[in-house]
Amino acid sequence: MRIDIADRDRAFRDEVRAFIRERLPQDVRDKVRDGSLLTRDDVVDWMRAVSERGWMCPNWPETAGGPGWTPSQRFIFEEESYLACAPAPVPFGPQMVGPVLLAFGTEEQKARHLPGILSSGTIWCQGYSEPNSGSDLASLGCRAVRDGDHYIVNGRKIWTTNADWADWCFALVRTDNSGKKQDGISVLLIDMSLPGVTVRPIERFSRMSDFNEVIFEDVRVPVSERVYDEGKGWTCAKYLLGHERSGTAGVGLCRQRLDRLEEIDDGRDPEFSRRIAETGAALEDLRWSFLRMVAAKEADDEIGPEASLLKIRGTEIQQDVMELLMEAQGYFAHPFIERALAQGWNEPPVGPSEAAGATAFYFDWRKASIYGGSNEIQRNIIAKAVLGL
Amino acid sequence: MDFDYSEDQQLLHESVQRFVRENYSFEARRQLVATEQGWSDAHWAQFAELGWLGIPFPEEHGGLGMSGVETMVVMEAIGNGLVAEPYLSTVVMGGGAVAAAGSDEQKAEILPAVAEGKCKLAFAFAERQARYNLQDVEMRAEAANGGYRLSGMKSVVFGAPTADRFVVSARTAGGSRDADGITLFLVDKEAAGLSVRGYPTADGLRAGELTLDGTPGDVLGEVDGGLPAVEEVVDRAIAAVSAEAVGLMGTLNDMTLEYLKTREQFGQPIGRFQVLQHRMVDMFIAHEEAKSMAMMAAMRIDEEDADARKKAMSAAKVQIGKSARFVGQQSIQLHGGIGMTDEYAAGHYFKRLTMIDRSFGDNDYHLRRYAAL
Ligand SMILES: Cc1cc2nc3c(=O)[nH]c(=O)nc-3n(C[C@H](O)[C@H](O)[C@H](O)COP(=O)(O)OP(=O)(O)OC[C@H]3O[C@@H](n4cnc5c(N)ncnc54)[C@H](O)[C@@H]3O)c2cc1C
Ligand SMILES: Cc1cc2nc3c(=O)[nH]c(=O)nc-3n(C[C@H](O)[C@H](O)[C@H](O)COP(=O)(O)OP(=O)(O)OC[C@H]3O[C@@H](n4cnc5c(N)ncnc54)[C@H](O)[C@@H]3O)c2cc1C
Repeated sequence: MRIDIADRDRAFRDEVRAFIRERLPQDVRDKVRDGSLLTRDDVVDWMRAVSERGWMCPNWPETAGGPGWTPSQRFIFEEESYLACAPAPVPFGPQMVGPVLLAFGTEEQKARHLPGILSSGTIWCQGYSEPNSGSDLASLGCRAVRDGDHYIVNGRKIWTTNADWADWCFALVRTDNSGKKQDGISVLLIDMSLPGVTVRPIERFSRMSDFNEVIFEDVRVPVSERVYDEGKGWTCAKYLLGHERSGTAGVGLCRQRLDRLEEIDDGRDPEFSRRIAETGAALEDLRWSFLRMVAAKEADDEIGPEASLLKIRGTEIQQDVMELLMEAQGYFAHPFIERALAQGWNEPPVGPSEAAGATAFYFDWRKASIYGGSNEIQRNIIAKAVLGL
Repeated sequence: MDFDYSEDQQLLHESVQRFVRENYSFEARRQLVATEQGWSDAHWAQFAELGWLGIPFPEEHGGLGMSGVETMVVMEAIGNGLVAEPYLSTVVMGGGAVAAAGSDEQKAEILPAVAEGKCKLAFAFAERQARYNLQDVEMRAEAANGGYRLSGMKSVVFGAPTADRFVVSARTAGGSRDADGITLFLVDKEAAGLSVRGYPTADGLRAGELTLDGTPGDVLGEVDGGLPAVEEVVDRAIAAVSAEAVGLMGTLNDMTLEYLKTREQFGQPIGRFQVLQHRMVDMFIAHEEAKSMAMMAAMRIDEEDADARKKAMSAAKVQIGKSARFVGQQSIQLHGGIGMTDEYAAGHYFKRLTMIDRSFGDNDYHLRRYAAL
């Protein structure tokens, strides 16, 4: 046990900073800082810049195109990206599909899909949830019926983040109805440009919308796009959920917002300063818990149910930070000029420039305790898998 | 002690509830707040006809001479239906300021017009640097030719875009955070040098930024001694939004409970999961606690002793804030993905509850005021 802040890490941090300074356009940086809505190009252009540098897929093995970073370097990269107000990449390709293909895909599938993920040439979305299958994901009903070399897919996916931007969808479908609900699920990689795929954006009450309903009507998907065995998709799905929960729990995002809060805080309300400090301390804990639980174990690629703990605390702290930032606006939490969050708005803001974004983010971040397996479900996992209840 | 409505209060309750049922389906509300004005003149005319716009004003000035309890009855219904008309800004705040500080002549001129629906008011008291501090006033008023001219800015003035007249706090003496030296003024919307930048608020209502530049204003109440009236009006607003929040939480809890009983996952209604049962119980408790404080606030808002009134309103606001936050956040959580959507009502109730918490002093502010009194 030792704290190890190697010179190497310091040099790495400088390298990351220099890269971001050089490649991130000022207007995109300003939009992220003020919480304005980003376009697909804002996000994807940035992803491509990161890809060019070879940094898109930090948790892939070096042999597969990963940069070969230590856990603390991965951490530094994410933290510096947030602090510099770089857009968060669409995570589904690099963080989910990639690891699943590396673990379960055929050589041919890897050759077909991994290069696009590494280069950010293809953007992915995750088609798991359905209207009647949310927390009870295994009950999903989107049907895939075999027809020669193809599956014919029919069904509805919902809450699919970035489906409107995506080229491909990583979907869970039902290939068999006869046995236990976990059996009979398969993973299909679906080209979103195939006939019969319809994407309908869904508005959120925060007005920061990026999720969709995806409808599949007689979509013909080649059998060669099935990952792993037919009916064994649940194994891949669970593997992927582990990876979804093992992100860095939003530490970088929280750090960036807390820095902003500390800047805004004029110390006139000691109680408010105390709450900022309290959240800062909780964030320190989250960082060390991450390093202790995930980074340390990564060597043997075992992401256990501890990941649920990080998801719970990470999202709770994110929500606290968003709430503080909104509260810091006082009365300026009220004005909400929706156009001010979109492209091309150049009238002066009402109140501080981050006010409208702060309120929208507070509302929107209620999602964090719902998605990726709700926090109730995460607690169920710990109760069962860790505590044996 | 009597917590039951009188016969008249019961009739009022039924009539405002009927209005909400008949006019404020969620879809109708959504369409209404998306219009340019954001609320309906026809509804306003109906409010006038039914006497609701004159509830707190004395009978000799065209009002019904009723107490804080009747205002509570109306505000709770406003919360139940997420009603968008500027009742709070016109009747409770603007009208409250004229009733509290105005001369007989001013009351006679303004209050009947408000009650008849012909005059809408807004109370401009907040400033950018002030946060929730009511005596942090930088707007200047200079004596000129027997009158006053006002210069400065007011922020987040509820109901500003449609107000005919504003009640504006300004400094006639002293430094920017002094308690003395604040005076209230009536300012006409057409007055020279006044500009209003209107906008929607996060809860779908309307507010605005006011800029005054040598704008003429008529003194309302005592010169240099306006702070007590400002405090009284803001306390009236607190009592009113406490009742509104109770209405919002009532509807939101009903909606969430219904969802727990009907949404199925893992082959059973999600309301069978004990963790959700207990959450819902805590939401029920939070609503009941808020109800008690809203009733207390309604019954004590007309109290003579200003310090006792202030302490009571601070206690109410703290509880309302806590309950609103918990019920709002958890109602979204228990709905899962559907709760995050714009087409589902829960998020809109949550937004209004959140904005109530962000108005008239947050918990930190009211805990400090409570401790200091
Ligand atoms: C912003 C956002 C983005 C999303 N992006 C994606 C995406 O890209 N791809 C995708 O596939 N899905 C996505 N989702 C869907 C997300 O995974 C689901 O919303 C989540 O799994 C919950 O399912 P549900 O919405 O159907 O809620 P439900 O499962 O109906 O849950 C409702 C409530 O019941 C609780 N509950 C349910 N079961 C239990 C239990 N056994 N014990 C205790 N409590 C329980 C839940 O915690 C919740 O509070 C996204 C969701 C959101 C909000
Ligand atoms: C100071 C004191 C005075 C008391 N006086 C009296 C008295 O005058 N007369 C009398 O008859 N009894 C009395 N009791 C006993 C009291 O009623 C029991 O302690 C109580 O009912 C809990 O039972 P238990 O101690 O067997 O705990 P258990 O029932 O074994 O409970 C253990 C824990 O499990 C929880 N739990 C149990 N079942 C559930 C469930 N279905 N869902 C969720 N959680 C659950 C409990 O809340 C508790 O936290 C007294 C107890 C105390 C501590």
